[in-house]
Amino acid sequence: MSLYNLQKFLYELNRDEAFQQKCREDIAGCLEGYELTDEEAAAIKDGDIGLLYVLGVNGQILMHYAAFLGIEWFDYLDLMRKGIEKHGPVRAGVYAMTGGGDAFTVEDPKR
Amino acid sequence: MSLVYSGVLSHAPGITGRAHLVDNTARRDEFYAKLDQQRREIEASGAQALIVMAAEHFANFFMNNMPAFCVGIGEKYSGPIEDPEWLKIDKTEVPGAPDLGRRLTSEIMQTVDTAYAEEWKFDHGIMVPLHFLTPNYDLPIIPVNINCQGPPLTPLHRAWAFGEAIRRACDSVPEKVALVGTGGISHWPATPDSGKINEEWDREFLDRLVRQDKEALLSYTDEETYRDGGQGGFEIRTYIAAAAAAGGPLEVQFFTPDLPIFAVSCTVGRFEIA
Repeated sequence: MSLYNLQKFLYELNRDEAFQQKCREDIAGCLEGYELTDEEAAAIKDGDIGLLYVLGVNGQILMHYAAFLGIEWFDYLDLMRKGIEKHGPVRAGVYAMTGGGDAFTVEDPKR
Repeated sequence: MSLVYSGVLSHAPGITGRAHLVDNTARRDEFYAKLDQQRREIEASGAQALIVMAAEHFANFFMNNMPAFCVGIGEKYSGPIEDPEWLKIDKTEVPGAPDLGRRLTSEIMQTVDTAYAEEWKFDHGIMVPLHFLTPNYDLPIIPVNINCQGPPLTPLHRAWAFGEAIRRACDSVPEKVALVGTGGISHWPATPDSGKINEEWDREFLDRLVRQDKEALLSYTDEETYRDGGQGGFEIRTYIAAAAAAGGPLEVQFFTPDLPIFAVSCTVGRFEIA
Protein backbone atom coordinates (compact mmCIF):
# COMPACT_ATOMS: atom_id res chain seq x y z
CA MET A 1 0.00 0.00 0.00
CA SER A 2 2.87 2.32 0.77
CA LEU A 3 4.36 2.10 -2.72
CA TYR A 4 0.88 2.76 -4.05
CA ASN A 5 0.75 6.00 -2.04
CA LEU A 6 4.23 7.00 -3.12
CA GLN A 7 3.33 6.53 -6.77
CA LYS A 8 0.03 8.31 -6.33
CA PHE A 9 1.78 11.35 -4.95
CA LEU A 10 4.12 11.42 -7.94
CA TYR A 11 1.25 10.76 -10.36
CA GLU A 12 -0.64 13.75 -9.01
CA LEU A 13 2.47 15.90 -9.03
CA ASN A 14 3.36 14.98 -12.61
CA ARG A 15 -0.01 15.95 -14.07
CA ASP A 16 -0.91 19.07 -12.08
CA GLU A 17 1.01 22.31 -12.59
CA ALA A 18 -0.63 23.98 -9.57
CA PHE A 19 0.40 21.07 -7.35
CA GLN A 20 3.89 21.26 -8.80
CA GLN A 21 4.15 24.88 -7.73
CA LYS A 22 2.92 24.02 -4.23
CA CYS A 23 5.50 21.27 -3.97
CA ARG A 24 8.26 23.65 -4.95
CA GLU A 25 7.21 25.92 -2.11
CA ASP A 26 6.34 23.38 0.60
CA ILE A 27 7.18 19.79 -0.17
CA ALA A 28 6.67 18.65 3.42
CA GLY A 29 3.18 20.12 3.47
CA CYS A 30 2.31 18.53 0.16
CA LEU A 31 3.31 15.12 1.45
CA GLU A 32 0.80 15.35 4.31
CA GLY A 33 -2.14 13.11 3.59
CA TYR A 34 -0.05 10.47 1.86
CA GLU A 35 0.79 7.50 4.04
CA LEU A 36 4.47 7.06 3.35
CA THR A 37 7.32 5.40 5.17
CA ASP A 38 10.11 7.63 6.45
CA GLU A 39 12.33 6.26 3.68
CA GLU A 40 9.79 7.13 1.00
CA ALA A 41 9.16 10.62 2.34
CA ALA A 42 12.88 11.30 2.53
CA ALA A 43 13.37 10.09 -1.03
CA ILE A 44 10.82 12.64 -2.22
CA LYS A 45 12.20 15.48 -0.13
CA ASP A 46 15.70 14.73 -1.39
CA GLY A 47 14.65 14.14 -4.99
CA ASP A 48 16.47 10.81 -4.69
CA ILE A 49 15.80 9.23 -8.09
CA GLY A 50 17.98 6.21 -7.35
CA LEU A 51 16.11 5.29 -4.19
CA LEU A 52 12.71 5.93 -5.75
CA TYR A 53 13.67 3.60 -8.59
CA VAL A 54 14.76 0.88 -6.16
CA LEU A 55 11.57 1.30 -4.16
CA GLY A 56 9.66 0.28 -7.28
CA VAL A 57 8.18 3.50 -8.62
CA ASN A 58 6.89 2.80 -12.12
CA GLY A 59 9.46 4.02 -14.63
CA GLN A 60 6.97 6.13 -16.55
CA ILE A 61 6.03 7.97 -13.38
CA LEU A 62 9.65 8.31 -12.33
CA MET A 63 10.79 9.53 -15.75
CA HIS A 64 8.26 12.35 -15.73
CA TYR A 65 9.24 13.25 -12.16
CA ALA A 66 12.91 13.38 -13.15
CA ALA A 67 12.00 15.75 -15.96
CA PHE A 68 10.11 17.91 -13.45
CA LEU A 69 13.29 18.05 -11.36
CA GLY A 70 15.22 19.15 -14.44
CA ILE A 71 17.48 16.10 -14.49
CA GLU A 72 19.17 15.48 -17.83
CA TRP A 73 18.52 12.16 -19.55
CA PHE A 74 21.91 10.52 -19.08
CA ASP A 75 22.12 11.74 -15.49
CA TYR A 76 18.71 10.17 -14.89
CA LEU A 77 19.95 6.81 -16.16
CA ASP A 78 23.09 7.08 -14.02
CA LEU A 79 21.10 7.98 -10.92
CA MET A 80 19.06 4.79 -11.29
CA ARG A 81 22.24 2.72 -11.65
CA LYS A 82 23.74 4.38 -8.57
CA GLY A 83 20.55 3.71 -6.68
CA ILE A 84 20.93 0.02 -7.36
CA GLU A 85 24.59 0.11 -6.35
CA LYS A 86 23.67 1.76 -3.06
CA HIS A 87 20.34 0.14 -2.19
CA GLY A 88 20.29 -3.15 -4.07
CA PRO A 89 17.90 -4.46 -6.75
CA VAL A 90 14.52 -2.94 -7.52
CA ARG A 91 12.15 -4.17 -4.85
CA ALA A 92 8.79 -4.09 -6.67
CA GLY A 93 7.06 -3.47 -9.96
CA VAL A 94 7.94 -4.23 -13.57
CA TYR A 95 10.67 -1.66 -14.19
CA ALA A 96 13.58 -3.67 -12.81
CA MET A 97 16.98 -3.43 -14.47
CA THR A 98 17.58 -6.56 -16.54
CA GLY A 99 21.28 -6.28 -17.26
CA GLY A 100 24.37 -5.38 -15.32
CA GLY A 101 23.88 -1.67 -15.67
CA ASP A 102 25.56 -1.37 -19.05
CA ALA A 103 24.54 1.56 -21.21
CA PHE A 104 22.63 0.83 -24.39
CA THR A 105 22.88 4.36 -25.72
CA VAL A 106 26.14 5.62 -27.15
CA GLU A 107 25.06 8.52 -29.30
CA ASP A 108 26.08 11.30 -26.98
CA PRO A 109 29.69 12.06 -27.94
CA LYS A 110 30.19 14.20 -24.85
CA ARG A 111 30.02 11.20 -22.53
CA MET B 1 -18.78 7.10 -43.60
CA SER B 2 -16.02 4.72 -42.60
CA LEU B 3 -12.58 4.11 -41.28
CA VAL B 4 -10.41 5.62 -44.00
CA TYR B 5 -6.94 5.06 -42.56
CA SER B 6 -5.28 2.81 -40.00
CA GLY B 7 -1.60 2.94 -39.19
CA VAL B 8 1.00 2.59 -36.47
CA LEU B 9 3.92 4.64 -35.25
CA SER B 10 6.33 4.87 -32.35
CA HIS B 11 5.88 7.58 -29.74
CA ALA B 12 8.83 7.54 -27.33
CA PRO B 13 9.65 10.91 -25.76
CA GLY B 14 13.22 10.78 -27.02
CA ILE B 15 11.94 11.02 -30.61
CA THR B 16 11.47 14.73 -30.04
CA GLY B 17 13.18 15.36 -26.72
CA ARG B 18 16.53 13.77 -27.52
CA ALA B 19 16.68 14.43 -31.26
CA HIS B 20 19.74 16.63 -30.67
CA LEU B 21 21.67 13.73 -29.12
CA VAL B 22 21.39 11.48 -32.17
CA ASP B 23 24.64 10.62 -33.88
CA ASN B 24 23.02 8.82 -36.83
CA THR B 25 21.20 11.91 -38.07
CA ALA B 26 20.61 10.45 -41.54
CA ARG B 27 18.60 7.57 -40.09
CA ARG B 28 16.78 9.95 -37.76
CA ASP B 29 15.80 12.21 -40.63
CA GLU B 30 14.68 9.22 -42.68
CA PHE B 31 12.39 8.31 -39.80
CA TYR B 32 11.04 11.84 -39.59
CA ALA B 33 10.42 11.82 -43.36
CA LYS B 34 8.34 8.65 -43.03
CA LEU B 35 6.32 10.23 -40.26
CA ASP B 36 5.69 13.19 -42.53
CA GLN B 37 4.61 10.78 -45.25
CA GLN B 38 2.16 9.31 -42.75
CA ARG B 39 0.83 12.81 -42.11
CA ARG B 40 0.28 13.32 -45.83
CA GLU B 41 -1.46 9.97 -46.18
CA ILE B 42 -3.83 10.79 -43.34
CA GLU B 43 -4.59 14.17 -44.90
CA ALA B 44 -5.11 12.55 -48.29
CA SER B 45 -7.60 10.13 -46.74
CA GLY B 46 -9.92 13.05 -46.11
CA ALA B 47 -10.15 12.16 -42.44
CA GLN B 48 -12.30 14.54 -40.44
CA ALA B 49 -11.01 13.23 -37.12
CA LEU B 50 -8.06 11.16 -35.94
CA ILE B 51 -8.28 8.47 -33.30
CA VAL B 52 -4.98 8.19 -31.47
CA MET B 53 -4.96 4.82 -29.77
CA ALA B 54 -2.28 5.15 -27.16
CA ALA B 55 -0.72 3.52 -24.14
CA GLU B 56 -0.80 6.48 -21.82
CA HIS B 57 1.74 6.77 -19.06
CA PHE B 58 -0.10 7.83 -15.89
CA ALA B 59 -1.21 11.22 -17.13
CA ASN B 60 -4.89 10.46 -16.50
CA PHE B 61 -5.33 6.95 -15.23
CA PHE B 62 -3.91 5.46 -12.07
CA MET B 63 -4.37 2.27 -10.11
CA ASN B 64 -7.20 3.83 -8.11
CA ASN B 65 -9.52 3.37 -11.09
CA MET B 66 -7.71 1.94 -14.10
CA PRO B 67 -9.87 1.30 -17.16
CA ALA B 68 -9.00 -1.44 -19.61
CA PHE B 69 -10.14 0.94 -22.35
CA CYS B 70 -11.10 4.59 -22.49
CA VAL B 71 -12.32 6.87 -25.28
CA GLY B 72 -12.02 10.65 -25.13
CA ILE B 73 -15.19 12.62 -25.77
CA GLY B 74 -13.94 16.03 -24.69
CA GLU B 75 -14.21 19.30 -26.60
CA LYS B 76 -10.52 19.98 -26.16
CA TYR B 77 -7.43 18.56 -24.56
CA SER B 78 -4.17 19.92 -23.26
CA GLY B 79 -0.64 18.66 -23.34
CA PRO B 80 2.05 17.73 -22.87
CA ILE B 81 2.01 17.15 -19.13
CA GLU B 82 5.77 16.85 -19.26
CA ASP B 83 8.24 19.71 -19.07
CA PRO B 84 8.04 21.20 -22.60
CA GLU B 85 11.78 21.76 -22.68
CA TRP B 86 12.38 18.09 -21.82
CA LEU B 87 9.99 16.86 -24.52
CA LYS B 88 10.77 19.69 -26.95
CA ILE B 89 7.06 20.15 -27.56
CA ASP B 90 5.32 23.32 -26.38
CA LYS B 91 2.23 23.12 -24.23
CA THR B 92 -0.87 23.55 -26.35
CA GLU B 93 -4.57 22.86 -26.70
CA VAL B 94 -5.81 20.20 -29.07
CA PRO B 95 -9.36 20.13 -30.48
CA GLY B 96 -11.55 17.14 -29.68
CA ALA B 97 -14.57 15.68 -31.44
CA PRO B 98 -17.16 15.36 -28.66
CA ASP B 99 -20.20 14.54 -30.75
CA LEU B 100 -18.40 12.01 -32.93
CA GLY B 101 -16.66 10.60 -29.88
CA ARG B 102 -19.98 10.00 -28.14
CA ARG B 103 -21.47 8.24 -31.15
CA LEU B 104 -18.40 6.06 -31.56
CA THR B 105 -18.40 5.24 -27.87
CA SER B 106 -22.07 4.27 -27.94
CA GLU B 107 -21.43 1.84 -30.76
CA ILE B 108 -18.22 0.46 -29.25
CA MET B 109 -20.12 -0.25 -26.04
CA GLN B 110 -22.40 -2.66 -27.87
CA THR B 111 -19.60 -5.21 -27.62
CA VAL B 112 -16.82 -3.79 -25.44
CA ASP B 113 -17.21 -2.12 -22.04
CA THR B 114 -15.13 0.97 -22.58
CA ALA B 115 -14.82 3.88 -20.20
CA TYR B 116 -15.06 7.40 -21.59
CA ALA B 117 -13.65 10.74 -20.49
CA GLU B 118 -14.40 14.39 -21.17
CA GLU B 119 -11.10 15.37 -19.54
CA TRP B 120 -7.77 14.08 -20.78
CA LYS B 121 -4.27 15.41 -20.42
CA PHE B 122 -1.95 14.28 -23.17
CA ASP B 123 1.49 12.93 -22.37
CA HIS B 124 4.27 12.11 -24.82
CA GLY B 125 2.37 9.02 -25.94
CA ILE B 126 -0.08 11.23 -27.82
CA MET B 127 1.83 14.50 -28.14
CA VAL B 128 4.77 13.00 -30.04
CA PRO B 129 2.48 11.47 -32.70
CA LEU B 130 0.51 14.72 -32.98
CA HIS B 131 3.73 16.71 -33.30
CA PHE B 132 4.39 14.87 -36.56
CA LEU B 133 0.90 14.01 -37.81
CA THR B 134 -1.02 17.21 -37.05
CA PRO B 135 1.70 19.78 -36.37
CA ASN B 136 -0.79 22.65 -36.50
CA TYR B 137 -3.16 20.85 -34.12
CA ASP B 138 -6.03 21.54 -36.49
CA LEU B 139 -7.48 18.05 -36.86
CA PRO B 140 -10.01 16.97 -34.21
CA ILE B 141 -8.54 14.23 -32.05
CA ILE B 142 -10.22 11.34 -30.28
CA PRO B 143 -7.78 9.94 -27.74
CA VAL B 144 -8.17 6.29 -26.91
CA ASN B 145 -6.30 4.36 -24.28
CA ILE B 146 -5.60 0.70 -23.71
CA ASN B 147 -4.08 -0.20 -20.36
CA CYS B 148 -0.53 -1.22 -21.18
CA GLN B 149 1.05 0.19 -18.02
CA GLY B 150 -0.65 -0.85 -14.80
CA PRO B 151 -1.00 -4.64 -14.37
CA PRO B 152 -3.36 -6.45 -14.58
CA LEU B 153 -3.16 -5.37 -18.20
CA THR B 154 -5.83 -5.51 -20.87
CA PRO B 155 -5.74 -9.01 -22.41
CA LEU B 156 -4.56 -9.11 -26.00
CA HIS B 157 -7.72 -10.77 -27.26
CA ARG B 158 -9.75 -7.96 -25.72
CA ALA B 159 -7.53 -5.41 -27.44
CA TRP B 160 -8.36 -7.18 -30.69
CA ALA B 161 -12.08 -7.10 -29.88
CA PHE B 162 -11.75 -3.40 -29.05
CA GLY B 163 -10.17 -2.74 -32.43
CA GLU B 164 -12.99 -4.57 -34.16
CA ALA B 165 -15.52 -2.54 -32.17
CA ILE B 166 -13.82 0.71 -33.18
CA ARG B 167 -13.98 -0.38 -36.81
CA ARG B 168 -17.67 -1.17 -36.58
CA ALA B 169 -18.28 2.15 -34.86
CA CYS B 170 -16.34 4.11 -37.48
CA ASP B 171 -18.21 2.41 -40.27
CA SER B 172 -21.51 3.42 -38.64
CA VAL B 173 -20.96 7.19 -38.74
CA PRO B 174 -21.06 9.58 -41.72
CA GLU B 175 -17.65 11.12 -40.95
CA LYS B 176 -14.36 9.90 -42.35
CA VAL B 177 -12.20 8.71 -39.47
CA ALA B 178 -8.50 7.88 -39.38
CA LEU B 179 -6.82 5.85 -36.67
CA VAL B 180 -3.26 5.32 -35.51
CA GLY B 181 -2.05 2.89 -32.91
CA THR B 182 1.01 4.19 -31.16
CA GLY B 183 3.44 2.36 -28.96
CA GLY B 184 6.74 0.64 -28.89
CA ILE B 185 7.53 -2.93 -29.72
CA SER B 186 10.35 -4.24 -27.50
CA HIS B 187 11.83 -1.64 -25.21
CA TRP B 188 12.91 -1.09 -21.65
CA PRO B 189 12.10 2.60 -21.27
CA ALA B 190 12.76 4.67 -18.19
CA THR B 191 15.15 2.09 -16.78
CA PRO B 192 18.97 1.88 -16.87
CA ASP B 193 18.42 -0.49 -19.81
CA SER B 194 16.91 2.32 -21.87
CA GLY B 195 18.03 1.86 -25.46
CA LYS B 196 17.96 -1.93 -25.30
CA ILE B 197 16.00 -3.32 -28.25
CA ASN B 198 15.23 -6.93 -29.20
CA GLU B 199 15.33 -6.54 -32.97
CA GLU B 200 14.49 -10.17 -33.69
CA TRP B 201 11.41 -10.02 -31.48
CA ASP B 202 10.33 -6.75 -33.08
CA ARG B 203 10.68 -8.09 -36.61
CA GLU B 204 8.72 -11.22 -35.72
CA PHE B 205 5.92 -9.13 -34.25
CA LEU B 206 5.81 -6.91 -37.34
CA ASP B 207 5.76 -9.99 -39.53
CA ARG B 208 2.69 -11.23 -37.70
CA LEU B 209 1.02 -7.90 -38.49
CA VAL B 210 2.11 -8.15 -42.12
CA ARG B 211 0.57 -11.62 -42.29
CA GLN B 212 -2.50 -10.34 -40.36
CA ASP B 213 -2.02 -13.51 -38.32
CA LYS B 214 -4.53 -13.01 -35.53
CA GLU B 215 -3.78 -16.29 -33.78
CA ALA B 216 -0.05 -15.55 -33.66
CA LEU B 217 -0.60 -11.95 -32.58
CA LEU B 218 -2.79 -13.02 -29.68
CA SER B 219 -0.53 -15.86 -28.57
CA TYR B 220 1.97 -13.75 -26.62
CA THR B 221 1.70 -14.12 -22.85
CA ASP B 222 2.56 -11.15 -20.66
CA GLU B 223 5.37 -13.22 -19.15
CA GLU B 224 6.88 -13.84 -22.58
CA THR B 225 6.49 -10.23 -23.58
CA TYR B 226 8.13 -9.01 -20.38
CA ARG B 227 11.02 -11.42 -20.88
CA ASP B 228 11.58 -10.77 -24.58
CA GLY B 229 10.18 -7.30 -25.12
CA GLY B 230 10.47 -5.61 -21.75
CA GLN B 231 7.76 -3.71 -19.93
CA GLY B 232 7.56 -1.41 -22.95
CA GLY B 233 6.59 -4.42 -25.04
CA PHE B 234 3.20 -4.41 -23.34
CA GLU B 235 2.34 -1.57 -25.71
CA ILE B 236 1.90 -4.05 -28.59
CA ARG B 237 -1.75 -3.87 -27.60
CA THR B 238 -2.16 -0.62 -29.53
CA TYR B 239 -0.74 -2.15 -32.71
CA ILE B 240 -2.90 -5.24 -32.30
CA ALA B 241 -6.06 -3.15 -31.90
CA ALA B 242 -5.14 -1.05 -34.95
CA ALA B 243 -4.67 -4.27 -36.92
CA ALA B 244 -8.07 -5.53 -35.84
CA ALA B 245 -9.69 -2.25 -36.82
CA ALA B 246 -8.08 -2.33 -40.26
CA GLY B 247 -8.73 -5.97 -41.02
CA GLY B 248 -5.94 -6.07 -43.60
CA PRO B 249 -2.18 -6.60 -43.61
CA LEU B 250 0.42 -4.09 -42.47
CA GLU B 251 2.82 -2.42 -44.85
CA VAL B 252 5.94 -1.65 -42.83
CA GLN B 253 7.00 1.71 -44.19
CA PHE B 254 9.92 2.17 -41.84
CA PHE B 255 11.68 0.18 -39.16
CA THR B 256 15.04 0.70 -37.54
CA PRO B 257 16.68 -0.42 -34.31
CA ASP B 258 19.51 2.00 -35.01
CA LEU B 259 18.34 4.96 -32.93
CA PRO B 260 18.64 3.61 -29.36
CA ILE B 261 18.78 7.10 -27.91
CA PHE B 262 15.05 7.13 -28.67
CA ALA B 263 14.77 4.07 -26.36
CA VAL B 264 12.69 2.13 -28.86
CA SER B 265 12.92 0.74 -32.36
CA CYS B 266 11.34 3.30 -34.66
CA THR B 267 8.38 2.09 -36.68
CA VAL B 268 5.93 3.55 -39.17
CA GLY B 269 3.34 1.44 -40.92
CA ARG B 270 0.03 1.48 -42.68
CA PHE B 271 -2.63 -1.21 -42.74
CA GLU B 272 -4.78 -2.12 -45.67
CA ILE B 273 -8.40 -1.38 -44.82
CA ALA B 274 -10.20 -4.62 -45.57
